Amino acid sequence: MIPEIGQFALILALSLAIFQTVFPLVGAHRNNAAMMDVGRTAATGQFVFVAIAFVCLTYAFLTDDFSVLYVANHSQLALPTLYKVSAVWGAHEGSLLLWIFLLAAWTLAVARFSSGLPEAFAARVIGVLGFLSIGFLLFALLTSNPFARLVPAAVDGGDLNPLLQDPGLAIHPPLLYVGYVGFSVAFAFAIAAMISGDLDQRWAKWTRPWTTVAWLFLTLGIALGSWWAYYELGWGGWWFWDAVENASFMPWLIGTALIHSLAVTEKRGLFKSWTLLLAITAFSLSLLGTFLVRSGIIVSVHAFATDPTRGFFILTFLAVVVVGALVLYAWRAPSLDSDAGFGLLSRETFLLLNNVLLVVATALVLIGTLAPLVIEMASGGKISIGPPWFNIAFLVPTIPLVVLLGLGMHTAWRSQDKSAWLRTIRLPAITALVLGVVIPLLIYGRISILLFVGCAAAVWIVVLALILPIRSLFREKGTAGITRSALGMSVAHLGMGLFVIGVTVVSAFGVESDRALRPGETIEVAGYEFEMRELRNVQGPNFSAIEAEIEIRRDGDFVATLRPQKRQYLVQKNWMTEASIRAGLDKDLFVALGDQLGSNGGWSVRIQYKPLIRFIWLGALVMALGGLIAITDRRYRSKVRKTAAVDGAAAEATA
Amino acid sequence: MNRYLWPLIAVVALLVFLVMGLRHGDPRALPSPFIGKPAPQFELPTLKNPDVTIGTQHMAGNYAIVNVWATWCVMCRQEHGFLLDLAASGAIPIYGINWRDSRPEAIRWLQELGDPYLASAYDADGRVGIDWGVYGAPETFLVDPDGTVVYKHLGPLDPVIWQREFVSRMNTGGAD
Repeated sequence: MIPEIGQFALILALSLAIFQTVFPLVGAHRNNAAMMDVGRTAATGQFVFVAIAFVCLTYAFLTDDFSVLYVANHSQLALPTLYKVSAVWGAHEGSLLLWIFLLAAWTLAVARFSSGLPEAFAARVIGVLGFLSIGFLLFALLTSNPFARLVPAAVDGGDLNPLLQDPGLAIHPPLLYVGYVGFSVAFAFAIAAMISGDLDQRWAKWTRPWTTVAWLFLTLGIALGSWWAYYELGWGGWWFWDAVENASFMPWLIGTALIHSLAVTEKRGLFKSWTLLLAITAFSLSLLGTFLVRSGIIVSVHAFATDPTRGFFILTFLAVVVVGALVLYAWRAPSLDSDAGFGLLSRETFLLLNNVLLVVATALVLIGTLAPLVIEMASGGKISIGPPWFNIAFLVPTIPLVVLLGLGMHTAWRSQDKSAWLRTIRLPAITALVLGVVIPLLIYGRISILLFVGCAAAVWIVVLALILPIRSLFREKGTAGITRSALGMSVAHLGMGLFVIGVTVVSAFGVESDRALRPGETIEVAGYEFEMRELRNVQGPNFSAIEAEIEIRRDGDFVATLRPQKRQYLVQKNWMTEASIRAGLDKDLFVALGDQLGSNGGWSVRIQYKPLIRFIWLGALVMALGGLIAITDRRYRSKVRKTAAVDGAAAEATA
Repeated sequence: MNRYLWPLIAVVALLVFLVMGLRHGDPRALPSPFIGKPAPQFELPTLKNPDVTIGTQHMAGNYAIVNVWATWCVMCRQEHGFLLDLAASGAIPIYGINWRDSRPEAIRWLQELGDPYLASAYDADGRVGIDWGVYGAPETFLVDPDGTVVYKHLGPLDPVIWQREFVSRMNTGGAD
């Protein structure tokens, strides 16, 4: 009964989504206020019914209703309750429902917080979001019904993929999807503006906070996914350039470009058509990611179960949405060219370069992601072109990006006085050059060109990012302090600097060693002694495991005891590696059990020493914090109906 | 032409490409252009000893497989166990091409996981890989006693693929 209620709620949500699309769009066209009002009501209703469907599916999981096919395939009686909840979005059908739910939630937020917008504009935004809801609801109902019944019902379920039975992965998809789906709001704002043809700077101002929120969730989601891959996949890498990772990374890169481009459009009225194109692209890449992950077109460590009909459905939807948006763009954008100029040394120049480099980086990732597909069509196998290509290709645009980022922060809009500029950056530049040598050479004992570049760039960003907040802290009494958006920018860039130093140090000085180890034996890796004290069997709720107790010492002094496990999940029978990590801000010590070697009781053990690896995720966290600070800026809280004229204070504000 | 149309054109091209990708049915149906041709000649230092070289002539006279691998390749780790079994069974000589890898890491990999290869050629810059039409790792070529490439498999090997694609081709070839 409950699953049928869920399915019926989805059908009702679909009909409300149709109302939510047709009435506001037609109403805005005819300037009919009553019709436009339907949008908000229908959006609220759609949210309620999608929420009911979501609760019904969750209920089916919690009550072990194995007469529902999706539950029978992805849950099990002995599954811990937390994972019964996260199993709701553990596979294709349920994660699609999560996507629909979050889209409805974003729409509700827009409907609720758009009272300051012109009525026709808000109506069009809600209408466009309704159209996206129709697409995804149809997708769920026609090809991926999560409530399909299994007759006769199963006695017990097939269990959730053990890789996904992890607290990190329980919240990773929701965070990531909030970001993915959030770009639909920027997209809807862009479409609404192009339909009305009324594209002034207010559009950028309205879009900015929404885009920043989506971006910050995407940042957190990607960081969490990377952290999960690090400890759960058992290889100790933090990024694999896997197709699915790339699918989330491309919208992030374009979203980052969009945030910066929106700043220029808001402050100076420039780059309008470019900003529109980025808003369309960010969401299109989210859709492309969905397509790549769910169509089975590309193999990946975490692709969903594949089905060509689903692939065709998403591809058709992608085509309608993106082609429609770009036709509108080709029609409207030519009238948007602005003749306002800017000097060569100005913040506009740096933001333009930022955009170009981020787009180049995205293009490289896209090429690398699709290359195996080209190869498959030409020859026939599923392979990956491998991290070496990405690692090198990706450095080309990112190194100049990182250097220019530091400069851009301290350059004024329109035109910047050169001598003052040079005075500001002289000290940070010298600090960066010195520390770029000192950090690798004195702390870690080795240097190379890439190491120097990485460390110097990181110090460069960190120092330059701290200048504005520190100046504000020690300002004279009575003068204006730093704005929230400028503070947000500084913090986000600081996060970028922490990230760069983490990546540089861990890739240069990380030690990975696969060794054979028997109980009682000790080996040395990276100056630490690892002694295997014992091996024992342990029993989990739905797995049995072999656990090693490994004591780590440095020069004889006790450091930590790690207990890595090799688990066999009882239902799916597959073996999983549970690494054990001694985490620290300065370094991680990581031990994972491999396989039993021969019959002498020896095991292959992967031991890793990862200096500063925490800075990678810390950096991402700080970046997201920067986004959070930026959206609390005062000007987003005031009513925004009056035009946002560019004032002198803007020169001080964000990038 | 209107420059604002370019994004539209690019996206339409991409969509056409993706439709072709979806329509592309059996992923293993299309043969490699190298199949039925003599294996490309090469002469490379071996992985374990840079002073010794290995090349196509060492493989002549027997069926042999050439396995392209690298330590950064996740799927290679997956197929490694099977390669070890295959080597232990003595069914066929296995040669490796260690592709775009670092020598110390590759040697360590073999020491730790076991070495199924009679010898591995060390192709640091991937040049021989280009001659052999290698797109990625892992790839496995079946070369007959005359030095002709009989079959090429993309992706990790397993017992099923081995029986179906390799053993069958060796039997028909061995009959003449």
